[in-house]
Amino acid sequence: MSTLEVSPSEPLTHPSDHPVVNDFSIQIATVNGSGSQTANTVLMRSIFQMGIPVSGKNMFPSNIAGLPTWFTIRASKHGYIGRRKEIDFLVAMNPETAREDVMKLDSGATVVYDEPLKLSELRSDLHFYPVPFDKLVAPVCPEAKLRKLVRNMIYDGVVAWLLSIDMDELRKALVKQFGKRKAKAADLNWGAARAGFDFAARTFTKNDPYRVERMNQTAGKIIIDGNAACALGAMFAGVTVVTWYPITPSSSLVETLIGYMKRFRHDPENGKSTYAIVQAEDELASIGMALGAGWAGARSMTATAGPGISLMSEFIGLGYYAEIPAVVFDVERVGPSTGLPTRTQQGDLLSVALCSHGDTRHPMYFPCSPEECFSMTIDAFDFAEQFQTPTFVMTDLDLGMNNWMADPFAYPDQPIRRGKVLSAEDLSKLGGFARYKDVDGDGVGYRTLPGTDHPAASYFTRGSGHNEKAQYTEREDDYIFNMDRLAHKFECMRQRVPEPVVNIVPGARIGFVAIGTSDYAVRESCDQLRNEYQIDASYLRLKAYPFTEHLVDFIRHHDRVYVVDQNRDAQLLGLMRLELDPGLLAKLRSLRYYGGLPLDARTVTDEVVKQEGK
Amino acid sequence: MSTTPAVPPKKVNRIGLEVLPYKGSRTTLCAGCGHNSISERIVECFYELGIQPWTVAKFSGIGCSSKSPAYFLGLSHGFNGVHGRMPAIATGAMLANRNLLGLGVTGDGDTASIGIGQFMHLVRRNLPMIYIIENNGVYGLTKGQFSATADLGSTLKTGMPNDLPPFDCCALGLKWGATFVARSFSGDKRQLQAILKTAISHQGLSIIDVISPCVTFNDHEGSTKSYSYMKEHEEVLHELDYVPYYEDISVEIPEGTVTEVQMHDGSRLRIRKLDRDFDPTDRLAALGALEEAEKKGEVLTGVLYVNTRKPTFLELLNLPEEAIATLPESRVRPSKSVLEQVMEELR
Repeated sequence: MSTLEVSPSEPLTHPSDHPVVNDFSIQIATVNGSGSQTANTVLMRSIFQMGIPVSGKNMFPSNIAGLPTWFTIRASKHGYIGRRKEIDFLVAMNPETAREDVMKLDSGATVVYDEPLKLSELRSDLHFYPVPFDKLVAPVCPEAKLRKLVRNMIYDGVVAWLLSIDMDELRKALVKQFGKRKAKAADLNWGAARAGFDFAARTFTKNDPYRVERMNQTAGKIIIDGNAACALGAMFAGVTVVTWYPITPSSSLVETLIGYMKRFRHDPENGKSTYAIVQAEDELASIGMALGAGWAGARSMTATAGPGISLMSEFIGLGYYAEIPAVVFDVERVGPSTGLPTRTQQGDLLSVALCSHGDTRHPMYFPCSPEECFSMTIDAFDFAEQFQTPTFVMTDLDLGMNNWMADPFAYPDQPIRRGKVLSAEDLSKLGGFARYKDVDGDGVGYRTLPGTDHPAASYFTRGSGHNEKAQYTEREDDYIFNMDRLAHKFECMRQRVPEPVVNIVPGARIGFVAIGTSDYAVRESCDQLRNEYQIDASYLRLKAYPFTEHLVDFIRHHDRVYVVDQNRDAQLLGLMRLELDPGLLAKLRSLRYYGGLPLDARTVTDEVVKQEGK
Repeated sequence: MSTTPAVPPKKVNRIGLEVLPYKGSRTTLCAGCGHNSISERIVECFYELGIQPWTVAKFSGIGCSSKSPAYFLGLSHGFNGVHGRMPAIATGAMLANRNLLGLGVTGDGDTASIGIGQFMHLVRRNLPMIYIIENNGVYGLTKGQFSATADLGSTLKTGMPNDLPPFDCCALGLKWGATFVARSFSGDKRQLQAILKTAISHQGLSIIDVISPCVTFNDHEGSTKSYSYMKEHEEVLHELDYVPYYEDISVEIPEGTVTEVQMHDGSRLRIRKLDRDFDPTDRLAALGALEEAEKKGEVLTGVLYVNTRKPTFLELLNLPEEAIATLPESRVRPSKSVLEQVMEELR
């Protein structure tokens, strides 16, 4: 992808005459636990503050300290913020991986490295900038034990000089990162960044083509990770009971929520909490508590990842059958089993859609951005109560844990919708009710909350067979009638779930269907296919399951439809197989990636080109 | 309902309800099952104390015992959940609405085997609710396998002996934080009533382990949870009298033989000494007494421990007095300016 054309034998010492501006990716290879996260965030934020669309992806190990970590920052004047496969600019800080990292680069790439690693001996077709980090850190950080943490900030300064990043922006980002309370730490780090910048300015001659220039594409935008966006969504949805068990990559969702709730959800008059957050003993307990709370009328939620879903499955079946609202966040990671716990995947689609034994179906939301994490979370809470059923918000590690550029969130424009709940006054008027009677034709019965001050309020909730009046039954006809009503309720959800985003390109013979974070790669791939291969592709991004008529129309409209799955077994395609008319299935092609990294456009493009026989 | 009085007027309790609204549907358990006696005690106690049935939430897991909430308090909401996980359901519901009177009924399989983890964490949290273990030492609904409370050496109906020691749910409750711990026998109407009423008054987790014989699968020679075994081995700690807060207590207490514990709602538990000195506010003494009884092959019944001072889980969470589940939107959705403030921080 480099724009340079060079002969590998010729050392790259001459200045580049083809500058590459605001369109490259930087990879920073460090050891985890070394404080590199701060340096990386500051670097990303500096570019963001210069108005350039940017994304940051952290590839980290399942470990606390001492294992390799890579952070990739992509700057894109075109606004592509998906992962880019090719690395243009490497900062090699980790002796363990430095050689392999360098050998993987495309010709013409740039390498900033720790001088003792002697990386420039490895290849002659790259731009090398050696930096004596240990020598530079000593004078700016007298306290020896802090040097490991401050050292990384030096590369921010070096990279700032090499890429023409405005040091004022870097300082601003640094102050923001440390906050007012840690001004001393900010000063120390600023000294290190400055030392790196000054060293680069007096030592290097700029030979590589990469640099940034101010743009105006990020004004007003925020930087946030998907987990924090879901947390904010939950707070503004009016969540009252939150139960959870720590698991990567979902833990930060609840941890962030705890922080916001402590600030904004205490009664100003008496200081009381308008919520309860409980760290449960395991996932079985966390979903059990969420369902108990939902049954008693709370807006309840839990957050987990694939292994947690497996543990919760019995209770989720109870939630479906006894018809209890709760919102479950599944921040997906690589399975099966423990899998790759710090890598991303969309691998829980089938296990969630059909979670638990017997005939069960569960609605799922598929947000693709922080904005949607926020708005769809709010909608999911309404949905769960309207349909009285566990409702899943499916994100993944890439969306949940990485920092994303986003538009500021819109305040909800609708009041909270709490579904069909009968009050004591309602009961006095009605005289009574039958919990599972389909009064309105949408399959959803009316419920009462325990504690409702009326003798006719009670009903008995059970996971065993029950009739319309919630009475125990083992009768064949009662069972079938109830299961058919539940199936009808699921059908009615199709009219209520968020509609997909559809982009029909006139004349396009092929189309894409994707969900969640696949969006970034697919949109960029559509451009690549058009620009590089003259292939036009339409695109439908699903926002929810069950699917709507739009999907059927979209497939009918195209000759071949590529269903993009970030899992091995084509789970999204599998879900479609369960629902769609067999005649349509012949048009579906599977496009899969399951290596654990965020999906990139080139992978999508190459696969389509291959399958299209171009 | 009570609003249409029949002639002649029927007997009603202090809130004007007859006993009928406290009953449930007809039991489907075996005739003679200890669980049915416990259901009857529950009906009596809630009726006699004049508790509005619709302020009670019933919880259970899976098993014969867990079916029983359908057979009492028919005007209360009930939740028959999954095996061993009743504590989670109850915890969630009580978080949502702290004003519910939580009444959990479970069995020894539910509590001591599949659900022992949730049981222990419920104890640790001191969630304010009543937790009755209908303990018969056997899996009834799956036709007669040992449970984890079956005593060492006791035998199944087939003659197969149990070669593992039992969990003592009272000892577990005492060790890890329950604030009212009692053991009773389904056949001891008077004692069970006093214990149940005290538990209703208690603010905190009440563990009541009731030996409740299974007439079909564990009432034979060789069983240590049979009616005849209990008659021979029950060792009653003390005589109990419950005096509700709304009753004037003018009877003089004879010195030395009777002690009183005042419950949170002002009710009193009167404890009349029998053969031994036993102080139910001394947790370690209770554990010691259980240990000693086990060695002697006795089944100690009575109130083992009561602690009226320890904060409950709901207090630790700093919840408001009203149910958080039904707080109005204005109290659970922060304002637009809060969102704007957060957005500004993220810029």
